[in-house]
Amino acid sequence: MSALLAMIRRDLLLVMRRKSEVLTALFFFVVVTSLFPLGIGADAALLRKIAPGVLWVAALLSTLLGLHRMFAADYQDGSLEQLALSPQPLVLLVTGKIIAHWIVCGLPLVLLAPVIGIQFDLDASSLYVLMGTLFLGTPVLSLIGSIGAALTLGVRGGSVLLSLLILPLYIPVLIFGAGAVYANSVGLDSSGHFSLLGALLILALAFIPWVSSAAVKIAIE
Amino acid sequence: MSQTNNFSNHRLVNWFKLSSPSAFYPLAGKLIPFFWVLTLVFGLAGLWVSFFVAPVDAVQGQGYRIIFIHVPASWMSMFIYLVMAAWAGLGLIFNTRLSAMMAQALAPIGAWMAFLSLWTGAFWGKPMWGAWWVWDARLTSELILLFLYLGFIALRASIDDPRRADKASAILALVGVVNVPIIYFSVKWWNTLHQGASVSLTKAPAMAQTMLWGMLLMALCLWMYSIAVTLMRVRAIILEREAHADWVRQSIEVKS
Repeated sequence: MSALLAMIRRDLLLVMRRKSEVLTALFFFVVVTSLFPLGIGADAALLRKIAPGVLWVAALLSTLLGLHRMFAADYQDGSLEQLALSPQPLVLLVTGKIIAHWIVCGLPLVLLAPVIGIQFDLDASSLYVLMGTLFLGTPVLSLIGSIGAALTLGVRGGSVLLSLLILPLYIPVLIFGAGAVYANSVGLDSSGHFSLLGALLILALAFIPWVSSAAVKIAIE
Repeated sequence: MSQTNNFSNHRLVNWFKLSSPSAFYPLAGKLIPFFWVLTLVFGLAGLWVSFFVAPVDAVQGQGYRIIFIHVPASWMSMFIYLVMAAWAGLGLIFNTRLSAMMAQALAPIGAWMAFLSLWTGAFWGKPMWGAWWVWDARLTSELILLFLYLGFIALRASIDDPRRADKASAILALVGVVNVPIIYFSVKWWNTLHQGASVSLTKAPAMAQTMLWGMLLMALCLWMYSIAVTLMRVRAIILEREAHADWVRQSIEVKS
């Protein structure tokens, strides 16, 4: 457990030393969502309707931006090999890296989303639902993304390839995340969506760290 | 490599021996013409049944006949993904080279089938539904299946070390296979939530017996075709990847 915490602390510390990388992903989220009203027009009813989809797709893309960094720097300077050689199970360390990635790339989106949501004229209850779905959904994005990040380590054109591999796997999260907000905004019950998102999160937490650490082992072999 | 020729002497075929590329290569060469003949036989029979025997559909007219290629192609695209993932998983577990080569050889034909299914589906959809594309659950998941194939092929192609490419793409194929049902059901629920099933493929009227036969024959044809093409491709892959081995250098086909 202490290994897990140490891993999270280390990754967060590294990020704090280089804040620009993280802020870039967040600015990307803000800029992309602000482009939509400019492109589509400022009709409030239309914006309310597309808001869940736009916010979720932007969240997907901005988590994708940070993914490449999850293992790449450690792979290049060799510390990933040292981590794999250490007596601590690699699964724990990989989980720590995933959690750190979520804190850096996922959690800020959850906190930023209401501000963007107001730009899209969402009402208060929709904003709560939006935050809730992002809170449940972004960890799944970090988890699934870690597989792609590990598989594309040291590969030519890795970051483009990463998006090709990972985006199709993100689709269920997108559907239920945006679906919950949409259902709530038209007055339907959104608890089903939340249950499914929770189920995806539990499944992903249970299996993906093992898959990712297997992928890391393949990369450093 | 004299032992490659003597497995016909044994009563029991030693299956594990076939997992070596040098033993599988000649066997695949012998099987390929056989599967091509089957492809032709089933294909001719299937086309004959589907064009001349099957009756004209009361609702859809002649245009419905495109399902004789469309439905088998969709079946094959899904089935090939499962087979590909199974080979990839075998390769990951037993660390056999041939399994990974089989997975590599299956990917393009699977992607091709998925593409064919989408393309013929569009041609069918235009006269029947009045639209080339609708966001129906099946169409959407077929499209995502195509993306998964392309991801698999792209990952393989961009890793230089073949052994690492085998393992990395195997993991991707297995992750994909777990995700296919999740994606299918999520798209299905999304579809019913958003627009209601405006188009239903499932409530097709009871099919005439001959139509079913035509479809089955065409499915068998595509099946045999996929096997034949996969074996041809796997032979090429074996030669490419085993180029350093003695048996490849001394084989007559390479020398000539």
